Amino acid sequence: MKNLINRRGFLQGGLAGAAAATVSLARPSQGATFEGYPESLGVLVDLSRCVGCRSCEAACNQEQHLPAPEKPFNDFSVFDELEHGQKRRTDETRYTVVNRYEIPGREHPLFRKIQCNHCQEPACLTSCFVNAYTKTPEGAVIYNPDVCVGCRTCMIACPFYIPTFRYTSAFHPRIMKCVFCYDTRLAKGLPPACVEACPQEALTFGRRTDLLEVGRQRIRENAGAYVDHIYGEHEAGGTAWMYLSPAPFEQVGFDTSVPKEPILNFVKDFLSIVPMVLAIWPALFAGFHLLAKRKEKKEQQKTNEGEV
Amino acid sequence: MKSNPKAVIAAAVLLLAGVLCPGTPSFAMDRLEAPETVTIDTLAHLYQPVQFSHKRHTQLTGCKDCHHHTTGQQDRDPNCMRCHAQSTEASKVGCKECHSKKQFYPEQLSDARSPRLYHIDKPGLKGAYHLNCVLCHEQMNGPTGCEGCHALTVKGKQFFRVNEKAAPAMTKSSHAN
Repeated sequence: MKNLINRRGFLQGGLAGAAAATVSLARPSQGATFEGYPESLGVLVDLSRCVGCRSCEAACNQEQHLPAPEKPFNDFSVFDELEHGQKRRTDETRYTVVNRYEIPGREHPLFRKIQCNHCQEPACLTSCFVNAYTKTPEGAVIYNPDVCVGCRTCMIACPFYIPTFRYTSAFHPRIMKCVFCYDTRLAKGLPPACVEACPQEALTFGRRTDLLEVGRQRIRENAGAYVDHIYGEHEAGGTAWMYLSPAPFEQVGFDTSVPKEPILNFVKDFLSIVPMVLAIWPALFAGFHLLAKRKEKKEQQKTNEGEV
Repeated sequence: MKSNPKAVIAAAVLLLAGVLCPGTPSFAMDRLEAPETVTIDTLAHLYQPVQFSHKRHTQLTGCKDCHHHTTGQQDRDPNCMRCHAQSTEASKVGCKECHSKKQFYPEQLSDARSPRLYHIDKPGLKGAYHLNCVLCHEQMNGPTGCEGCHALTVKGKQFFRVNEKAAPAMTKSSHAN
């Protein structure tokens, strides 16, 4: 047994090697953070301006050829609707929804428009194993139904609960979500339909960097009128759609617990190990197996020699 | 009573000019000489033009509340005073003279980065009307609903899908509380 390393030593060495490989392979992924396309476009939503006219909902419906709603868009009784105790959400018939929030201490309610926020590093995109999602340089997160397998992981991955599924169509099921009017407008440098429809200019369209400037200026020049925060500047690693609010964000239905870094960061290190595990572990354990067998074989030989 | 036909025509032209060209300045900006009615139709598409009772509004609020510094009244907003403390009447006072009908193009915001330009966050024409009108209407108990000021056009009714029945498969009444 003079040339054989013992089992314990081999396992220890093997594990140490695997750990070293893991650390060295995981490290480069942390350096590869993406800060968004420099000229990407976005929208700044100023909640203090929105009056809940629902023009954006109507414009979206028309632009995206969505089915007729249950109630017309100038019917404001929808603000009282609750589904399963929750305010209205995006679904396969509507990519954007305006909800009303009564704020204690404020004379007038606030209205919040929701739609896809078009994250800089979208969780839906990173969760999709067939690459059905694309973040375009213009800033839109678009979806390709031709490659989608309908696993709906993106619906779970989205921190804002935006992508929805067209369950009503047996033959053309697909994810339904706001695409920033990419093919019809954004790719041509035009603002999305909802922005153009807004009478109050509650929605400001422009380059994301410019919008941050505008947002900060509004906060600075209207002292006390806004919460000193632009929701979406850092939330989920930064989003193309950002919000200004005169009331604390959590009172207007925002999830303030959304992490300030891309959702991807929480799984990046783990995901970078996956290919390594797939490549190294079979070889590693095959090696263990062969060594164990070899030792057995040698011992078998020895006993056989002794018998003879 | 016999009236001079030339005078009648001249008066009609003047009246028409006052109605159709809200931007036309009167020489001495005085609320008594403000046009009686202004038809706001530049943006009319989904909604009918607004017959704006201009004179009535001059009795409710100051010229500067809509025209800022252009009518010779001093705007007391300290932010505006920095440059416009000495501003006199402008040759054009209509909203659309400063507030662009074409809104929301990325270049607008980039142009605004120019240090020589102060009006960085200037709303477009549609925003200028609504931001100013709605805010004041809320405070003064004026109409605040969309159709309180302008009725929907046929196109507008299509846009808001008024009088349309939703396809049965798409209704969500079974989920409604």
